Amino acid sequence: MQNNTVVITGIGLISSLGEGVDAHWKAFNDGLEPRIDSETFKPYTVHPLVEVDWNNQIPKRGDQRQMETWQRIGTYTAGLALQDAGIKDDESLCASMDMVVAAGGGERDVSVDTQILAEARVRNDIGTMLNEKLTTELRPTLFLAQLSNLLAGNISIVHKVTGSSRTFMGEEGSGISAIDTAVARIRSGQSTHALVGGAYNSQHPDMLLGYELNGMLKRDGWAPLWQREDSAGGGIVTGSGGAFLVLESADHAKKRGARVYAAIDGVYSAQIRRRRDDLTQTVAKLIGAASSDKAADLIISGASGAKHVTAVEKAALDTFSSSAVRGVAGKLGHLREAQFPLVVALAALSVFNGSAFPPVDAKNERAGPSDVNTALATSIGGTRSEGVARLVKV
Amino acid sequence: MSKYTDHLGRPLVAITGLGVVSSLGQGKEENWAALTSGTSGIHTITRFALDNLRTQIAGTVDFLEESTKGASTLSQKLASLAAEEAVAQAGFPVDDFGGPLFLAAPPVELEWRNRFALDALVKSEGEPGYDLLLAACRRGPQVDMFNTAEFGYIAEVLADKFGTRGLPITLSTACASGATAIQLGVEAIRRGESDRVLSIGTDGSVSAEALVRFSLLSALSTHNEPAHKAAKPFSKDRDGFVMAEGSGAMVMESLESAVARGANILGIMRGCGEKADDFHRTRSKPDGSPAIGAVRASLEDAGIEEDAIDYINAHGTSTPENDKMEYLALSTVFGDRISSLPVSSNKSMIGHTLTAAGAIEAVFSVLTIQTGTIPPTINYDNPDPAIVMDVVPNVKREASVSSVLSSSFGFGGQNTCLVMTAEPN
Repeated sequence: MQNNTVVITGIGLISSLGEGVDAHWKAFNDGLEPRIDSETFKPYTVHPLVEVDWNNQIPKRGDQRQMETWQRIGTYTAGLALQDAGIKDDESLCASMDMVVAAGGGERDVSVDTQILAEARVRNDIGTMLNEKLTTELRPTLFLAQLSNLLAGNISIVHKVTGSSRTFMGEEGSGISAIDTAVARIRSGQSTHALVGGAYNSQHPDMLLGYELNGMLKRDGWAPLWQREDSAGGGIVTGSGGAFLVLESADHAKKRGARVYAAIDGVYSAQIRRRRDDLTQTVAKLIGAASSDKAADLIISGASGAKHVTAVEKAALDTFSSSAVRGVAGKLGHLREAQFPLVVALAALSVFNGSAFPPVDAKNERAGPSDVNTALATSIGGTRSEGVARLVKV
Repeated sequence: MSKYTDHLGRPLVAITGLGVVSSLGQGKEENWAALTSGTSGIHTITRFALDNLRTQIAGTVDFLEESTKGASTLSQKLASLAAEEAVAQAGFPVDDFGGPLFLAAPPVELEWRNRFALDALVKSEGEPGYDLLLAACRRGPQVDMFNTAEFGYIAEVLADKFGTRGLPITLSTACASGATAIQLGVEAIRRGESDRVLSIGTDGSVSAEALVRFSLLSALSTHNEPAHKAAKPFSKDRDGFVMAEGSGAMVMESLESAVARGANILGIMRGCGEKADDFHRTRSKPDGSPAIGAVRASLEDAGIEEDAIDYINAHGTSTPENDKMEYLALSTVFGDRISSLPVSSNKSMIGHTLTAAGAIEAVFSVLTIQTGTIPPTINYDNPDPAIVMDVVPNVKREASVSSVLSSSFGFGGQNTCLVMTAEPN
């Protein structure tokens, strides 16, 4: 079996902070205030998506119409990553490219749902009413526009990535598994190049409901990520955005003269039973495993803001005192399935630039280091699943 | 190539445990008896009201306590039953499996019954809608409802119950999902990540809304009477698929480790192949090249020639589009031989179990190798003259089968094929 080095050669990013690698690197380095919307979904705050001209990556209007916002964000971001890697217009590389997408569910039709809730209050024949409304009010194409595996399907259609198409589900864990699997396949020679990532639309009430059923959202406006212990609600502020990576074996990248951001040295994942097992120890163990050769210069944390879990992660991170920490959800929100791809991308960028951006929360994050050669990325799921990746300079 | 490795020097993957649940019953024995006797599990739906619905039939699993408890709960139960059977057959402790879990599960959403229940909590506070549902949540967490809408929940429960290792993978590749779960398991064994894996495909998601969604895409048969005649793959009058439920589970191990522990080897998962389609969200590229590519990729991965395939367990959904395209793909790869090669569709009896289909049909494929019985394609009364295949019409057939190709094709351009063979010695 082969033991290939796996490198990142393309990054696609879009969020409340802007579009593309440079916009994000600049937004973090310039210390801009986070962009938030605390009015639309009051009392909840979200980080709204930057204004996007969808035509740039999804040229056909017909294709755009076939996607709900989450699919559009993902398809757009995937295009950015392919472009960044310089293979967007290389038909044969796209046709042989593997794909793993971390997907949630799509957005429901708010108006139809509202009508049904209203009817249910006044009718006794709920089942009949439901059929009546669903058969007459649902847009026939909405099903596909919200179906989990159709983000990957749309990427195949729009960008012609057709080597393989796999969609992983399961909140933050799907993003961790997606990268883990793509890396393992390339390392072992089962794949030469892969597109991997995810997308999330925070600006939809059903997405908020998914979290708030368990009381996980912050209810009193924005606060820095590491300072939400005493706030109302569960601590999470979600953000809209997407993150996709192009991964290749180092040989494959070298042969085509690709620019390399960083190598993914390892992915360490777990899913403990949180009611039984100690989460602090688990996080420490994963970071420890990722630091076993040498402590990382920097840790980009994907902490969601969920109160207990975020505090536990911070406690574990603090025990690795030689690594500087940056929590990014305070800046652009929590992107759920896309959170791990996002932090891996930001860690790769830090390694590529050889520096850490300034603290996002200066009270809780220290300055430095002057030189970044290795960086870790973490995503500890709000409810389950834990993952850490190690990025090294090539 | 040693005794334990394939043509590429990779570990051979042994199948040592199988489990299945479908509308035909629980367990291999019940299912196989019904399937080989040409019994249909398709029936008129009783789970929800049928007024205004053009399609009123399905292959729902109605015999479990969980059958009326919603998609997440039923999908979990189905997966659990199939996995129990598979893990027990393989001879591993059912609470300490010790390998990773790959779960194909349906995308779940908060059920209508739960949305109504939330609304009932806050009815007096204002107009119905999402604002009010969110307000209901602020009164206190609804953990049970939360769990049913979390994609990662089913795998977490199963991982806990069966003692699987690591972060379980939940996946969806539409109607190819079950096959993808098996493929991921095969790849993990070939990488040497584990000696054993548990792959499951499950689907218990038939609800009014799910049915309406497929119905609006004109994908479903409306042949409501008699229900058991509705699924008629490869027939001239086929008019859509029939939604169904079930689960298939497979324990796979490196052949070397299976032999070392003296396990009973049921078959070899020899090869997997896939190819995505970039043509359309629900239709295949007219030249069939992605499906052809997936079939060829699976044969190549298995390291065997077309001639070595004795039987094809077809995707055979009974939609006009799928069956036509599947024939195009198979006739392209197998040439003239396709008219005499047995090709049958389990979906004629169990319906289209969607996320679970690839896994259930892989289980039945191994049973065909083990027993030498090919299950029929039932309801084959009006052959489609454009599809010249031996579909094993209406009645099972006894034959010596040592290699099976099982195909899965799905919305979103998903094409995945598996090749299973008899144990080498």
